[in-house]
Amino acid sequence: MRFSYYPGCTLKTTATELERSALKAAKALGIELVEQKEWQCCGAVFPLVRDEIAAFLSSIRSLAAARDAGEKLVTICAACHHVIKRTNHLIKTDTEVREKVNGYLQLETSYLGEGSVIHYLEMLRDELGFDELAQKIKQPLTGRKIAAYYGCLLLRPAAIMAFDNAENPRIIEDFLFALGATAVYYPYRTECCGVYLSLNNTQIATDMVEKIVSSAFSYGAEALVDACPLCHYNLLELQKKTPQGKPLLPVYYFTELLEEALGLKEQTAVRKDRK
Amino acid sequence: MKVSTEQLRSYILKDIAVISGENVVECYQCGKCTAACPVSKAMDILPHQVVRFLQLGMLDEVMESNTIWICASCFTCAGRCPRDVDVANIMEALRVILLRKRGVSRLKTEDVRLVFSEGMPEQGVVSAFRKFAR
Ligand code: SF4
Ligand code: SF4
Repeated sequence: MRFSYYPGCTLKTTATELERSALKAAKALGIELVEQKEWQCCGAVFPLVRDEIAAFLSSIRSLAAARDAGEKLVTICAACHHVIKRTNHLIKTDTEVREKVNGYLQLETSYLGEGSVIHYLEMLRDELGFDELAQKIKQPLTGRKIAAYYGCLLLRPAAIMAFDNAENPRIIEDFLFALGATAVYYPYRTECCGVYLSLNNTQIATDMVEKIVSSAFSYGAEALVDACPLCHYNLLELQKKTPQGKPLLPVYYFTELLEEALGLKEQTAVRKDRK
Repeated sequence: MKVSTEQLRSYILKDIAVISGENVVECYQCGKCTAACPVSKAMDILPHQVVRFLQLGMLDEVMESNTIWICASCFTCAGRCPRDVDVANIMEALRVILLRKRGVSRLKTEDVRLVFSEGMPEQGVVSAFRKFAR
């Protein structure tokens, strides 16, 4: 199984643990992720206004390169995935954007949205299959109570992202189930973590994180998993700024648990009092 | 040529409609967007009120609010609107119109030095500058 792979800036700098564990696990699963040669920053946010064409170019370059390679494009960072997926949808459905982008890029073969981009979790679910994944687990995470945190970017807008049911998703819970863990359902799993508000409106973001973490905690979770470097930073760092001042729950990238369940690393830390 | 305040206002309202792609007239003020919004508590004007002010052509109220700078583009409101009005797109159009006027920038380089050293991911810094500065 072979895919083109788009890493994005953050996985090469602050979220190296996410990339490292994801690539190691993919290799053990027999999945070849070939990093694209000339990828550029996706821009981190999808422009919500209709007249910012330049911001679409890097996504289109990567989508076109994957198409030329005859492969699906795989992303790991939730933000990159959001931007590239929405850009692909836009170029497929908006004639004006399609013409302007192609007029500018002058690719050998115009790009019309015929390629496809999938997130690593979708790759596991739809390409490998969670049943197949479960067969390959060497160290099942039996008895571990893990809460999935989805955030915004993978789920919404639901019709375009087509990732899962945006109001009641199950892909990460199903993934945890395949690893042998117990998934903890809690009301705040699809709420926003405060994104970049942690930078200039820290209190607002801290309140949001507190709600998410204390909700997961009160439903019995011993750890949280996520798929986005910014969610990860907020959930980890802003927990320390809440009134009680110390983190309630450890936070992992979903790929770290995958790595552990595949027998590729030591056990990740959990809250001992929750065992 | 003289352009009256009224004319200018209607140009900006048209701009908002064009660059957001949203038609505020569709909104029937049910308030679901506000109920869905995770940061409405910190806003001085609530999401459904932003749409109402725009319906009434009351631009100043909206442009001077802190609401548009607090909206986190989480897209929850848009998913719950029974009239298919995407408030996240409207918020972005309002920010963009202000940011494109020279000198209006909500984030300074100095603001990020500290958080970078605390390990704030590139994704967060780039997003914040794309949303709050030009
Ligand atoms: S949810 Fe839609 S219709 Fe209801 S108040 Fe908000 S924008 Fe208007
Ligand atoms: S996109 Fe903005 S207005 Fe809409 S729910 Fe999220 S934070 Fe609130």
